[in-house]
Amino acid sequence: MKRAVRVAVLDYGAANMVSITKALAAVGAEVRVAAGPTALAGVDAIVIPGVGAAAPAMVHLRERGLAEPIIEWAKAGRPCLGICLGLQLFFEASDEADAQALGLLGGRAVGLADAPTLPHIGWNTVDAVRPHPLFDGVPDGSHFYFVHSFAPAPSDESIVVARTTHGRPFVSAVAKGSLYGLQFHPEKSSEAGLRVLANFVGLVATAEAA
Amino acid sequence: MLARRVIPCLDVANGRVVKGTKFLNLTDEGDPAELAERYAHEGADEIVFLDITAAHERRGTMLEVVRRTASRAFVPLTVGGGVRSVDEMRDVLRAGADKVSFNTAAVATPELLTACAERFGSQAVVCAVDARRLPREDGAQQRWEVVTHGGRRATDLYAVEWAVRAAELGAGELLVTSMDRDGTHSGFDTELLSAIATRVRVPVIASGGAAGPADFVTAVLDGKADAVLAASIFHRRMHSIAEVKAAMAAAGLPVRSIEEAVA
Repeated sequence: MKRAVRVAVLDYGAANMVSITKALAAVGAEVRVAAGPTALAGVDAIVIPGVGAAAPAMVHLRERGLAEPIIEWAKAGRPCLGICLGLQLFFEASDEADAQALGLLGGRAVGLADAPTLPHIGWNTVDAVRPHPLFDGVPDGSHFYFVHSFAPAPSDESIVVARTTHGRPFVSAVAKGSLYGLQFHPEKSSEAGLRVLANFVGLVATAEAA
Repeated sequence: MLARRVIPCLDVANGRVVKGTKFLNLTDEGDPAELAERYAHEGADEIVFLDITAAHERRGTMLEVVRRTASRAFVPLTVGGGVRSVDEMRDVLRAGADKVSFNTAAVATPELLTACAERFGSQAVVCAVDARRLPREDGAQQRWEVVTHGGRRATDLYAVEWAVRAAELGAGELLVTSMDRDGTHSGFDTELLSAIATRVRVPVIASGGAAGPADFVTAVLDGKADAVLAASIFHRRMHSIAEVKAAMAAAGLPVRSIEEAVA
């Protein structure tokens, strides 16, 4: 594909928009901030960033008319990356304040069990469960930055790409078709994180060219 | 395994990095965004900005400094100083910060921690506890008082009790600074750190007194800290982040290697 990959980063109130938009731009994407559904026209991929709590995030997504378009987008098999809370919202619900989520993937976000410290904040190793192009060029066991108290518990084990251990192992990366989810923050994970975002943009370019 | 973090702290006044001793005698140490970017390349696990003028001069936060930094340094960024409401916290997060640290405002209005945690999640809410040793009575336990307004005002709060309460109210992390040790290069107050860290489940960041790599090891092993923060030893290039991490790794502590930062 000749032109740059166009990525819409959903703005629903609380996420760190500067870091994710600058990081995607740093790996060559043409980035647009989407605070409503009309901004999704003409983009190749959607990124749902995330810092914050699940229940208010869903309220803000619905208020901005973004919840249904995301569901339609993902059901059409178009590329979508969820980061941290964005990933947790892919599932049916979150134990955090018992919030309902988007229901794109089976399962729910659950609190980290037996965690020595909560929230889980800091750089932890991401261990591959299976090879995936999102992690091309990233040595297995590299450190990524986490800030969260909940993590996905998918009902379908085959979507799990990587796990991380804090107390007990939890799911830190998932992929199903063109739906990708990262529990860590690639936009805050220095070179390793930029590599994962570059791989995502590359996957989008490949999908568009196909 | 979760790495122990090494965090350079940039005290910012009027848009410049400054450093003092026991919160006084400030000297100019450079441009915040430039220093932050340099530290990110040198392996900093996080950057903390503290707007030390904000509480008493009512400057608000350094949104522009945050924006410039977040555009260039892809590591976590915590901002403290002068944030007094949920809306002000939202503005700081939107400028590119990942966490906001509260000190004076939390002491004045403890419910602010709860309101911000409910809105943004407790992982984004840091409570900074600036503590000063109180004279120890014979046979009694050592106690510390909480100070605010950049150390200029004492409170009637005990530091350990306040730290525990702040975590209960919604703070997802505690940044514990020993005012007695701040800028003195006499080592961290590990007694203060462990008194707090053993009573809370949230991560504790040690601050105040770093002289060299060995102090970082002690802060984790004796102080039970999850992360260690320092300012002047990094600004003045007395020690590099690499040296500090090498000492921590040699002591068996898990750290993120410098090579991963510059791959």
